[in-house]
Amino acid sequence: MQLDRLPLNQIAVIRTIDWESLPDQESHRLRALGFEPGVTIEALHKGILMWRDPLAVRIGRMTVALRTKVAAAIDCEISA
Amino acid sequence: MTQMPPLVALVGNPNAGKSALFNALTGARQKIANYPGVTVERKSGRVMFADGRPVEMIDLPGAYSLDPDSLDEAVTRDVVLGNLAGHRRPDALVIVLDAGNLDNHLRFALELIAQGLPTVVALNMIDLAERDGLRLDAQALARALGVPVIETVAVRRRGLEPLMAQLDQILKAPRSVTDPVASSFGAQNQRARDIARAAIISETAGRQWTRRLDAILLHPVGGVVILLSLLFLMFQAVYGWSEAPIGWIESGFALLSDGIKNVMPDGLLRSFFTDGVIAGVGSVVVFLPQILILFLFILLLEASGYMTRAAFVMDRMMAAVGLSGHSFIPLLSSFACAIPGIMATRTIMDQKERLATILIAPLMTCSARLPVYTVIIGAFIPASTVGPGIGLQGLVLFGLYIAGILGAMLAAAVIQRFVTRSRTSSFLIEMPRYQWPRPGDIAINLWQRAWVFLRRAGTIIFAATVILWALLSFPKAPDGSNVSQVEYSVAGRIADGLEPIVRPIGFNHDIALALIPAMAAREVAVSALATVYAIDAADEDAAATSLGPKLAADWSLATALAFLAWFVFAPQCISTIAVTRRETNGWKWPIFMVSYLFALAYAAAGITYWTARSFGL
Repeated sequence: MQLDRLPLNQIAVIRTIDWESLPDQESHRLRALGFEPGVTIEALHKGILMWRDPLAVRIGRMTVALRTKVAAAIDCEISA
Repeated sequence: MTQMPPLVALVGNPNAGKSALFNALTGARQKIANYPGVTVERKSGRVMFADGRPVEMIDLPGAYSLDPDSLDEAVTRDVVLGNLAGHRRPDALVIVLDAGNLDNHLRFALELIAQGLPTVVALNMIDLAERDGLRLDAQALARALGVPVIETVAVRRRGLEPLMAQLDQILKAPRSVTDPVASSFGAQNQRARDIARAAIISETAGRQWTRRLDAILLHPVGGVVILLSLLFLMFQAVYGWSEAPIGWIESGFALLSDGIKNVMPDGLLRSFFTDGVIAGVGSVVVFLPQILILFLFILLLEASGYMTRAAFVMDRMMAAVGLSGHSFIPLLSSFACAIPGIMATRTIMDQKERLATILIAPLMTCSARLPVYTVIIGAFIPASTVGPGIGLQGLVLFGLYIAGILGAMLAAAVIQRFVTRSRTSSFLIEMPRYQWPRPGDIAINLWQRAWVFLRRAGTIIFAATVILWALLSFPKAPDGSNVSQVEYSVAGRIADGLEPIVRPIGFNHDIALALIPAMAAREVAVSALATVYAIDAADEDAAATSLGPKLAADWSLATALAFLAWFVFAPQCISTIAVTRRETNGWKWPIFMVSYLFALAYAAAGITYWTARSFGL
């Protein structure tokens, strides 16, 4: 399931990240923030008003805000 | 030659508590300058070892890796690697780690340790980590990293002595690098997570506080309401709380001016001091209270961790014009003054977005426009009410702010579409834990802001003021001439040349003349008009009171409105142009900025004037 579709407060694990679809800068910062396959992730909040964008997610013990467009490149699996 | 004290750099991820540790170690004895060749601020301070030997500490900009995404990060890399020309390489590093965020922060620590410099790790904010249900084994971490690890709580000054002692030891016995770190990000991340896992003794689900607060502050509707209320409160405070201190500063300068008038004979030198130096520098220093109040709010928002949430809330709206939440913070600062606003754009990752933000920052209504607005509104807009509690004058002022914001949004959309040709903006940011701002850190920061501002007033503004005074004072009008000194001066003659250009937008000769000194600082337009109308006023406020009726008698309403419209857009204030040149490394962008803003101002004033005329005003 793509990260932008992950239900809130649902713990999941990153399966793959489609690095090719992201601009260099974004994939670079994403890696620096620790986004990697195998990492546990949780969607916490969705953006304001009717946009529901950007998205706040928990990765490790850190909260990161990212746009849904970037989140769509991150494929995760809901952990049992 | 005396031997230089060893240089120690504090380095770490953003939000690791690096600056708090730096403040705790160095106290208020800090020096701010720029790194050679770049405009990134360099904070340094001197710390003593137990036996009194000094060590120079620098606080490097927060970074996520040595492979930079932003200007700030590039400086951190260059200093750590010793590649910054004109800056010596540190003799040792203190890596500041957020104890509550080891899995994410250790990767950068591994990268830094691999550089081979003597290194100590400060396991910072250990108390917050414990509060969040995390227990760590510092010894295990030290073994895994191969460098000493000291637990610190910077804000409570815990662990500072052991840190200094350890630093002393590693400086004496440099370590050898035996453990090159795997090169790929993925491998580093994996290793970082393994080490973090080994160092964690026990953990429970953490950050409950932050999650609960975020549920309110990032609420899809509530979050917007809270942000707007905060901004409203902030502007109320900027104008409400500053009245008294502004009064004190004005009386102070008036006293000084009177004092000089009493001890010096009338003449050129006295005019230089009272009309030139004191009036000019004083008219700028008067804004110190407003700027400090605004900075107080901004610092509090930043230190509490709320600022990134504000960026989160604003991101989607900024995206509509090709910007992102990253631009929100610099633009907010620009309401105080565009200069710190433009400098704050350095944290924006995307260089096109950064450029667009710099170019529109002068459209945010800075505090220097306020005296101009106040005088004109007071003179031309009746103090009637249009609704319960809503005055017409206040409404017009509000409208001028909105006009600036809308102008900025429009300009951003056009610039991103046609000038920088940026296809997408990006928003990707770590949101730190909430914490109580520490008064000491805020105070140090405010003091630094005040100092930077006053230094600017004492140099750039002082110089500009002296030049303008000279332009207005020379050549001397012959005795008995019926031409006033101002008209006869170089500035007056320039105004003659300017007049035909501004005549079509409803400006008269006096306005043309006032526009010249207003280039130094917008608010000078007020005192310049006052001078032109030959009113003997020591400062703007006194000028304003007597200037109002004079203007109301002399100008048409259409001219007054055009004058206001001009000031919404005009790129006045040479300092802003100078800082734009510095931040964009050349004249291309400041020239572009000045041209488009003048064009906008001219068009806006013209449209306002002719529309008003067609309504018979």
